[in-house]
Amino acid sequence: MLDAALFRRWMYAMAAAVDREAGRLTELDSAIGDADHGSNLQRGFAAVAAVLEKEEPATPGGVLTLAGRQLISTVGGASGPLYGTLLRRTGKELGDAASVSREELASALGTGVGAVAQLGGAQAGDKTMLDALLPAVEALGSSFGAARDAADAGALATVPLQARKGRASYLGERSVGHQDPGATSAALLVGALAEVAG
Amino acid sequence: MRMLINVPETVVADALRGMAAAHPELNVDVENRVLVRRDAPVSGKVGLVSGGGSGHEPLHGSFVGRGMLDAACPGEVFTSPVPDQMVRAAAAVDSGAGVLFVVKNYTGDVLNFDMAAELLEEEDIRIAKVLVNDDVAVTDSLYTAGRRGTGATLFVEKIAGAAAEEGTPLERVAEIAKRVNDHSRSFGVALSACTTPAKGSPTFDLPSGQLELGVGIHGEPGRERRAMMTSREIADFSVDAILDDRRPTGPVLVLVNGMGSTPLLELYGFNAEVQRVLAQRGVVVARTLVGNYVTSLDMAGCSVTLCQIDEELLRLWDAPVKTAALRWGC
Repeated sequence: MLDAALFRRWMYAMAAAVDREAGRLTELDSAIGDADHGSNLQRGFAAVAAVLEKEEPATPGGVLTLAGRQLISTVGGASGPLYGTLLRRTGKELGDAASVSREELASALGTGVGAVAQLGGAQAGDKTMLDALLPAVEALGSSFGAARDAADAGALATVPLQARKGRASYLGERSVGHQDPGATSAALLVGALAEVAG
Repeated sequence: MRMLINVPETVVADALRGMAAAHPELNVDVENRVLVRRDAPVSGKVGLVSGGGSGHEPLHGSFVGRGMLDAACPGEVFTSPVPDQMVRAAAAVDSGAGVLFVVKNYTGDVLNFDMAAELLEEEDIRIAKVLVNDDVAVTDSLYTAGRRGTGATLFVEKIAGAAAEEGTPLERVAEIAKRVNDHSRSFGVALSACTTPAKGSPTFDLPSGQLELGVGIHGEPGRERRAMMTSREIADFSVDAILDDRRPTGPVLVLVNGMGSTPLLELYGFNAEVQRVLAQRGVVVARTLVGNYVTSLDMAGCSVTLCQIDEELLRLWDAPVKTAALRWGC
């Protein structure tokens, strides 16, 4: 079973991963966007780590809703509301349970991902974070490692796609051939979960 | 990298401190990143709030003042502000007459303003929104995030600002703002990429001797790259791109806008070509504004915006305005 301490470690691991990969995320974003994805997530998850140190929520749901709210308040751009909604909605779905199973997390995360799809009006194949998150949620039913691998594969599979959402969509066909920065950071989030729980 | 900054992390806050020092008529909350006209809330007046990523100065902060915006929320460079800033700004300017959000059509701006509007409705502050989406370079809106908001933002903020200053009610100010947007079209060209402080190098690679047609205002590449063109050729291409999309049936406002590092010498020369091609196409120009208004950091290049006006819109355009960057009639 997964408890609040593990969810906190997940968020810290994500903050560390974003720190490590900020340059790469920004590089990917400069090819088809506006070159701020790395620095934006770095700012947001640093703030998440800071608020979790201070408030120490007692439940997995509490950790994620607090983290989501913090992202909405600090990131801005599209990734603030989208990542914020993903974590907040997933956290709400987990409710007040002191600990949750992998299957329960997979189901809650599915609801969170659905909320992201609704908010952004995007679907699979639009070259967005959903292309990593949707296969990851499905694979999370089997194992954490499978979720990580599915997210990584989903992020890689965005390379040949033409973007239909966000700023990259303005490039039309010129967005083909570049990996989507949002799918890449989403794979980092799933990878961080596998790192602490796998 | 040659930039007049300390570190990328403090660029926005440093600029706000500088604005506060230069403009005592503004109330600048550096920590929460909100600029408000000092006499807000003005009794009985609809509040006009806009915001977006920093790096487009003078948009939006320098358009706060009498006859234009009541408050602005600057985000990080090229990143929309967060809902907390918009909530704070709306609360500071609402006199009970409601608040109009002027939102440029970018996914981040739209999502954050939507979240702010939801929060404010819970506090019983009446909110209306106008979406600015004037950029004709984005043609296939079914498969994109929709047309970007660019130069028309200035027209919307000025004209709706004048209407609000006259005491016009919220629904009517929103309708006027929407009319200005519907009647506006823009097209932009980049002669160089811009450099964001966080990245420290140009956001895309544009070899000398080439230009990008149909760029936005965030250092994102455009739709097409070509060999460098003359000012005359760029004016023909840009104006025709606009007229192909919407041919005005009456006089227009013209904005010839610099992207940040194109000198006025070049912009006025370009304006001469824009006026020539408009005359050739039979478009009557009512007013023209030339300068750096909706910029993209240090990008070289320009954009053209046309807005077809009627009697009411022209009167509101000519109404007094007193802001850091736009000022006439008072």
